[in-house]
Amino acid sequence: MSGIIEQERYTCAIGALQSVVAIPKAVPVLHSGPGCGNMIQGFFERSTGYAGGSTSPCTNFSEQEVVFGGIQRLRQIITNTYKVLDTDLQVVLTGCTAGIVGDDVGSLVAEFRAEGRPIVAVETPGFKCNNFESHSLVVNAIIDQYVSLFDGENPVRSEKNTVNLLASLPYQDPFWKGNLGEYQRLLEGVGLKVQVLFGPKSGGVNEWQRIPRANFNILVAPWHGQPIAEHLEERYGQPYTQFPHIPVGANETERFLRQVLTFAAERHAEIDEAAAAEFIRREREAYYEEIDNLATFLLEFRYGLPNHVHILHDAGYVVGLSKFLLHEVGIVPKEQFIVDNTPEKFQEQIRAELKTTSDKRDIPLIFEPDAGRTQEIIRGLSHGGRGLIIGSGWDKELAREKNYDFLSAAAPSPYRLVLTTHYVGFSGGLRVIEDIYDAVLATYR
Amino acid sequence: MSHINLQIPDVSIREIRLNSITGFQGSATELVKGSRCGLKDKNRFFSQCLGCSVTQAACMVILVQDAAVISHGPVGCSSCFHEFAFTYRVNSPLRRVEQPTQRKIFSTNLQETDTVFGGSQKLAAGIREVYERTHPNAIFVLTTCAAGIIGDDVESVCNEAEEELQIPVVAIFCEGFRSKVWTTGFDASYHGIARKLIKPARARRTDVINVINFWGSDIFSEWFAAFGAKPNYITPYSTVESLTWSSEAAATVQACPTLGSYLGAALEQEFGVPEIKAAPPYGVAQTDRWFRALGEILHQEKQAEELIAAKKADYLPKIAALREKLKGKTAYVTAGAGHGHALLSILGELGLEVKGAALFHHDPLYDNGSEESDMLAQSVKDYGDVPNFNICNKQEFELVNTLHRLRPDLLLARHGGMTLWGSKLGIPSLLIGDEHFSMGYEGLLSYGERILETIENDEFVKNLEKHAVNPYTKWWLSQEPDTFLDGGACK
Repeated sequence: MSGIIEQERYTCAIGALQSVVAIPKAVPVLHSGPGCGNMIQGFFERSTGYAGGSTSPCTNFSEQEVVFGGIQRLRQIITNTYKVLDTDLQVVLTGCTAGIVGDDVGSLVAEFRAEGRPIVAVETPGFKCNNFESHSLVVNAIIDQYVSLFDGENPVRSEKNTVNLLASLPYQDPFWKGNLGEYQRLLEGVGLKVQVLFGPKSGGVNEWQRIPRANFNILVAPWHGQPIAEHLEERYGQPYTQFPHIPVGANETERFLRQVLTFAAERHAEIDEAAAAEFIRREREAYYEEIDNLATFLLEFRYGLPNHVHILHDAGYVVGLSKFLLHEVGIVPKEQFIVDNTPEKFQEQIRAELKTTSDKRDIPLIFEPDAGRTQEIIRGLSHGGRGLIIGSGWDKELAREKNYDFLSAAAPSPYRLVLTTHYVGFSGGLRVIEDIYDAVLATYR
Repeated sequence: MSHINLQIPDVSIREIRLNSITGFQGSATELVKGSRCGLKDKNRFFSQCLGCSVTQAACMVILVQDAAVISHGPVGCSSCFHEFAFTYRVNSPLRRVEQPTQRKIFSTNLQETDTVFGGSQKLAAGIREVYERTHPNAIFVLTTCAAGIIGDDVESVCNEAEEELQIPVVAIFCEGFRSKVWTTGFDASYHGIARKLIKPARARRTDVINVINFWGSDIFSEWFAAFGAKPNYITPYSTVESLTWSSEAAATVQACPTLGSYLGAALEQEFGVPEIKAAPPYGVAQTDRWFRALGEILHQEKQAEELIAAKKADYLPKIAALREKLKGKTAYVTAGAGHGHALLSILGELGLEVKGAALFHHDPLYDNGSEESDMLAQSVKDYGDVPNFNICNKQEFELVNTLHRLRPDLLLARHGGMTLWGSKLGIPSLLIGDEHFSMGYEGLLSYGERILETIENDEFVKNLEKHAVNPYTKWWLSQEPDTFLDGGACK
């Protein structure tokens, strides 16, 4: 889709600069107009990391660079970046200006690389695609231009139990830090060694260098990130297993872990199956102890709890939360809205996945990146009982208009602070429950 | 005095119109002197993400109550606008807007093919769709780098739509690459508003005074009441109707001349609304001047003197007591130009020693050409010189370097992100977004109390200092702050 859109829930290609910020001690270097970095910082908020935000070097295109090209300026900025900032990896991202002017950033960056600098170039002019897609461009560029330099020291698929995890998009998934950490904990619990690549639980550039060693890759995403899995398969022969949405709560987390274990066994990973089963059992039991305690509240609280939900989110969250809320919380998903601009070729499989949620009910699903339009649809809907909306900060106003409960769980959201909270896994499900009913109970004064 | 030309679609940028600069290292006195005989801008050989005109233009139109805004560009160019939707909602009680409506913010979402075949048709269709969906009283169209370089004729598209829809459709030319001075974005939105919304006065009113400002608290109602007048706030929380007839006000005052320079001059030159040239009321001396200027323009000199006397009797003793408590403390200021000058005056009045300042840009004189409006000149005259005066173009690396060497007792900042570095270095840091908070005699008191509180409650920054991560190299922190400025040590 490419028409006019209201209330964008994602940003443009250069937004993937945040994927660089998410790698410990990496720095994005922007070859772009002066406002690009500021726009991205404003979209995600509290997203500076080590050297993002106002710290990131930028050529700040002026009329002069538009007319005469900006390569000399970029050369100067990169040269001086090494003097001013202490960083392990530099990723040059281009904006619309450089893209239209046609600066040959790749050749310039190759010169620095030839001098032994850990530097990567990637073309991310805003008009090219959104940040869901450009995340893959950035990761693949780092693999080709940086990771590949260490291929000699990192034999391909040499560690049977090591995997690379391709899951949450840094910052676009507000819970990315917590989610990546929880995936890692769960997968290590069943006997794997996990390279999460982004965030404080990753080992920074050293971990990136070891990407080829992994036996296989795990992709947890309905569509975005797939180009990375395919690229690694092609480049290093690493197979991958894909789980099509975020696993929230016991049912889907268990299914996710079993899928990975089966895949690992087929790829000759050395897994202690009994220990893995024991780990899952303990996680499940701890989870149901809470749900047991909670059931009375969910069934008996007499002052009103939401009975149905509309979610406005990316495909992974919409499907994952719908399944979880229906089966493990008892909130019925009504019309659902995927606002991540999912390419058409993936839409059918996402519909099919959502359909598996229930044999007895149909959950209407709408793909619409124009979130203003989705809000208009929701304004026209009416279901019996108390409603819940899960979405971005924009939807708080909609919830108020409709007198629905509201949970802020998508970007952009100035109404919520997220640090290391996670929504994936067994305990992530419990956190979703806490957050929903905290919001509900807060309405009673 | 700059010449306001409302006939042409795009505003003349500040570098050309006002000879504004973005790089300087010296003292405040040197800068003021240089401003009178021509300043030469300096380039940097290293630079960090800056911010562009689009954001400044956007905040001035998104907060107009009954308008819709279209960003003509890729989605990224409107990414931060949701923050203004938040601002609008959160600050609405301050302006007595009881039912704040959802902000109507759109992007034409330009794709690669549009950069080849042009985006004009998409914009034309978009304007009509926005009209159908929101029925606004005006539509503002913001241009972006991509739209500018591919050469879309935004002005014609808007004019055609305006004729068809019979509401103002205002093209605002604020492409990021056009100007190094991001405040040009304010001028761009005001230029569009002055061209397309403001109409010649039907009559001159004596009871309304325009206040060009951001979204701060409503302090002007009380002040103007003493003169039998009320404020017409421009442009946040205005309506298309109230903007249209801002031409009828008795006068225009600026909350921040860096912000309202262009519109104040346009209202005076094109619509006959006199602008109060006195710089805004920060610090006792300037507050005296400002109220006197207000009284003079309203022909109510007596009321002005009475108000000044009453307020001073009330506040000066309290300010004096505060000054005692702040004695011997040192401070550093980083902010946009106008408010930065205001903060210097406040610090001067409260008796703190200002060790330096990093302000984002400098306008030698504003559009009205009046030296009376030069807040920095006034501040230097009232409170003395400021050393280590840096025009930093929001370059964080220079700020960090300077703070690292000066180690003041307090950092005053305005604009997000800058207090981080004070705190990382263990320096108590204060940012107050509401530019009205520190105005007038009463503002000195409330601001001074916040300063005291900030200096006293330093446990958080002292703890953070011990654990803070610093990406800047030891080499950089040991160089002079102007090392990468033209004429400095490094190229």
